Formats: sequence, C-alpha cells, structure tokens
Amino acid sequence: MGGNFKVSYREDMALFQTLWVKVWLSILILLLLLAPYLLSRYQLSILIEMGIAVIGALGLNLLTGYTGQISLGHGAFLAIGAYTSGLLTGKLGLPFFLSLPLSGLMAAGLGLIVGIPSLRLKGLYLALGTLAFGFIVEYILFHWDLTQGDMGMAVKRARLGDFVIKTEKAYFYFVMIFAAGAAICAKNLVRSKIGRCFVAIRDRDIAAEAMGIPLAKYKIMAFGISAFYGGIAGCLMAHYQRWIVPGSFDISLSIAYIAMIILGGLGTILGSVLGAILITGIPHWITYLTDVFKESYPALSGLIVDFKLGIFGLIIVLTLLFEPQGLFGIYRRVRLYWKTWPYKY
Amino acid sequence: MAELKKERPIQLEISDLSMGFGGIQATRDVSFSVHEGEIYSIIGPNGAGKTTVFNCISGIYRPQEGSIRFQGREIVGMKPHKIAHLGIARAFQNIELFRGMTVLDNLMSARGFLLPYGLFRSALYLGKCVREEINARDAVEEVIEFLDLQLFRKTPVGGLSYGLQKRVELARAMAMNPRLLLVDEPVSGMNLEETEDMARYLLDINEEMNITVVLVEHDMGLVMDLSDRVTVLNFGIKIAEGPPREIGQNPEVIRAYLGEERIQGRS
Repeated sequence: MGGNFKVSYREDMALFQTLWVKVWLSILILLLLLAPYLLSRYQLSILIEMGIAVIGALGLNLLTGYTGQISLGHGAFLAIGAYTSGLLTGKLGLPFFLSLPLSGLMAAGLGLIVGIPSLRLKGLYLALGTLAFGFIVEYILFHWDLTQGDMGMAVKRARLGDFVIKTEKAYFYFVMIFAAGAAICAKNLVRSKIGRCFVAIRDRDIAAEAMGIPLAKYKIMAFGISAFYGGIAGCLMAHYQRWIVPGSFDISLSIAYIAMIILGGLGTILGSVLGAILITGIPHWITYLTDVFKESYPALSGLIVDFKLGIFGLIIVLTLLFEPQGLFGIYRRVRLYWKTWPYKY
Repeated sequence: MAELKKERPIQLEISDLSMGFGGIQATRDVSFSVHEGEIYSIIGPNGAGKTTVFNCISGIYRPQEGSIRFQGREIVGMKPHKIAHLGIARAFQNIELFRGMTVLDNLMSARGFLLPYGLFRSALYLGKCVREEINARDAVEEVIEFLDLQLFRKTPVGGLSYGLQKRVELARAMAMNPRLLLVDEPVSGMNLEETEDMARYLLDINEEMNITVVLVEHDMGLVMDLSDRVTVLNFGIKIAEGPPREIGQNPEVIRAYLGEERIQGRS
C-alpha cells in the first residue's frame, strides 16, 4: 500500500523514508526559520525552552524507552551540565564552545558511574538508586561554596568567538540547531547496532547476552549517552536563563522528563520530541487560557490558576488512559488512516 | 553417515559437568563430546537437566564442577557474550525473542557483534557504519531466505504465530553466523506440518552450511530421524549414549521413559 517499494538496502535504511516525510520536514524547517520574525519574544522563549527539553527528553528516552533502564535522576544530569558550564565559563574563563561539550562530557562521565549499579539493579530498585543520585547532586549544589547554594549562580552569556549570543532570536536558532542535531544523532543510534543492542537488552537481557551483546558495556553506555544529552540540555538552559539555582533541577524536573517520554511514546524518537513540546507547553497554555478568561470570567481564571497543577496531572492521566502509547501512538494511527484513505482498511 | 562423522575432530567436549541449585542436583558428572558437523541430541524426561546443560554451555550458569571445551578452548567461567563471540549460538526453548523489534531487527541485533563500528560512527551513520550495516543486511537476508521468512521481515515478532516465532528464534541464532548451534526444543507445541518444516530446516543448516547442531527435544520421532548420536539424561545423570537405533532399544532408556518393567508387566 502506498506504493512505496525499495530496490536497495541503502534506500530501505534511509533516514527519511518517503517523499511526504521530506516535504513535511522542509515545511517545519521553514517555519522554524521564520519563527523569530513571526512570534513575540515570549513565544520565542517558549520555543527555546521546548528545544532544550527535546534534547533532554531524547537522552532520557534512549535510556528508559530504548534500554529499559528507569532513571529518576535525569534532572541531576541537567544540573551537572548547567553548573559545569557555569563554573567553567565563570570561574575559569573557558570559552563557551569548549564548556558546552565539556559539560556534556562531565555529565556523561558521572552517568557512566551511575550506570554501574544498573548492572545489578533492575526496575524499581534502579529507579530508587537514580533517585538517590539526584538527591546527592542537589545536596552538593546546595552546600558547596562554589555553587553558592540557594543564592544561585550567575552564568555568562553564550558566546561563539567574538559573537555574543545576545538576542532571543540568535539563541533560538542556536538551540534549534542543537535540538535537530540531537534528534538526528539519536535516530542514527537507534537505527544502527547500538540501538538494536539497547532494545535487545530492554526486551530480553539473557537472550541478548547469548546473542553476543555485552550487557555491562551497553547498559553503561546508555547511561553515558543519556547523561551526555542531559548535560548539553542543562548547559544550554544555564546560558539561556543566565541564573541557576539548585532548586530548579530537583526531582520535579526529573519527573517532568519521565512524563515527557511516557506521554510522547517510550522508545520512539518522534515521541520524545512531541512529549517535550507538550509537557513544556502545557503550563504556558494554561497561563494563556487564564489571560483569555481574565476579562470576561475573572472567577474562572482564578480557578484555573488554583488548579494549574491539577490540570497538568489530569492531562497526563487522560493521555495514559486513552492513549497508552503516547502521542506517537496517535501519530501512527493518523498516518495509517491517511495511508489507506479513502478506504477504511 | 554417523561413522563418517565420527572421524571428524571433536568440537565440543563436556567432561564431568556438575551443576546444582541449592539442594537440587540438576546434572551430575555429565560427559559427552560432539564432533564437527554432527547433529547430536540430548534427550530425557522432564527435569533431567537437558536445558541446564545448555545453560552451562552458553555461560548463563556456571557449573560447580567439570569443564566445557569448545574447539579446544575452556569456556567455563567465560561471560555468555564472549561464548557467543566464539561461535556458539542458541535458540531458546521458551521464545526469548526481542518482542519490540521486527523480525529483521531481531536478526540484525544478533549480528551486532560482527559489526566493528563504534559509538561515534553510529551516531553519525556515515562511511564504515553504512557499509557494515549493508553487509550485515545482506547476510541477514540470506538467513531470511533460507528459513522462508521473507513475508514477515518487517513484522514485529510479538504479532507472529507461535510456530513462526520458533522459526524466528532459529533464524536469530543463525544470523550470528555460528559454528555450533544449540537448539532447545524447536518443535514443542508445533503441529505435524510445522514439525516437518523445522526438521527440514535443521537438516539443511547442518548439511548445507555445515554447522554442528546440538538438539534438546522431546519429540522422539524427530530425534531418531535427525540425530547422528544421542545422549540420554535422567535425573541429571547420563544413562546412555549412542546412535539413535541403539538408544531406542536400550533397556535403561526404556525404563527411564516408561517406568519399571514390573509396572509394564502389570498393565
């Protein structure tokens, strides 16, 4: 159906399988290029936030969705990335183009260490272990002199050579390039040997081992890659907000990331992107609604503010109830519908 | 045929293998050796320790005593994935496929260790990575063709029928390009037609690709037709070994399967 037949393995392995995918993708890229000219600064800042969340969510999905290792400490890796870059540029005066990869590597290094217990711990026990790691990182950031604890720490503007990324517009393009790169790299990983090893470990670890897949290596590698993504996201976040406090990297951030990948679709790249956009967007959307209703129904808008967290939770519960495969499941159904349209099957 | 194969060098040599779990002794001093290119069967009643022997060979269990030598190399104590790298593949009894993947990806994942590219090439999907992926795909397609799985290439394995899943299990082991294939009850729960198909595949694998097959199976018809030699285990102890015809007449074996003669006489 659809008449999409391929004649070489190279075609069958291609990243973008059909012409339509390419068309939609070009439209998306065009829209993103035009976005700074069409949107307000506030709207642009939401998109930047989403772009950063996409990077973090991709990392967590590689670990939890693909490799099946639950991590409740993803926020800690963002914190490590943020503080590493903040300290490197602030205290040591390292240029941003060095501190960005270094913050990713720092997070990855610690991720490898956190990954070691995963060789023995599974499921809930691992979740608890990573949760503890999150608390440890938060504690250190609160109590270490260098990070100035609760007071927070100022972070320099990102600069590339002589060019200081000052405007919202420039930072938007910068983050989008990284988000797109992160998505492409993640997709490449999962469609090659590495990704297949991850999924094999998730689905049947004993069989995976008997198929010649070294469990220890790939589990720890998954932690490292996931932490690297988290570190990069954290670094981008720090240089965007330019003020970081340990409190913004607490357990609720980790849980927000878990929500992103579950709502988006575990074990899918597109799902990580959609989930990150949705979860980052919901609070802004709620705020927007309150603004709309403020004039005509002041009582209602007050109610929405009161129930903000409740509405957030409700959306998650409803999605899980009606679409357990997340947004990716919806996408797949819609695609199938149009593939056979106008016939039902 | 069996006589001819005996001339060949020993590929797998198991000596005095003992494995116990707490109070239960699963195997006791089991020894046998498999020649290159043979079809060798291990049979025995339920709980005789057949799968335990397999788990020891593939490194999932570490036997308390004894040695397992593969092509002259001691493999007891080696990690399962290292043993797989030596060329010992395994098709599991209870289907242990990677359910979230398609048939194609299942086979490709079993071939992963033969692909020499690393993390960075994988993330960029350039050069060597693409070449190796295409080569692997080529090899995997051969296995798919060999086992007639073309129709199901892109089907998630969870959606396949039981018989087909068993065949994919075999295909996944074949994708590893093995020298020795451990097959654990390939036809359990299959109908006659599927059993005949499986027997044909196993024979083809053995004869055309010259892969040694070690078989654990309850279907006596299949064992007797396929095997060059058979070992019989009962309560973890080897009670007989030999060509299928001899095994079928061995009083010790008949007793293990049918019970004491006395009971037979009464009925």
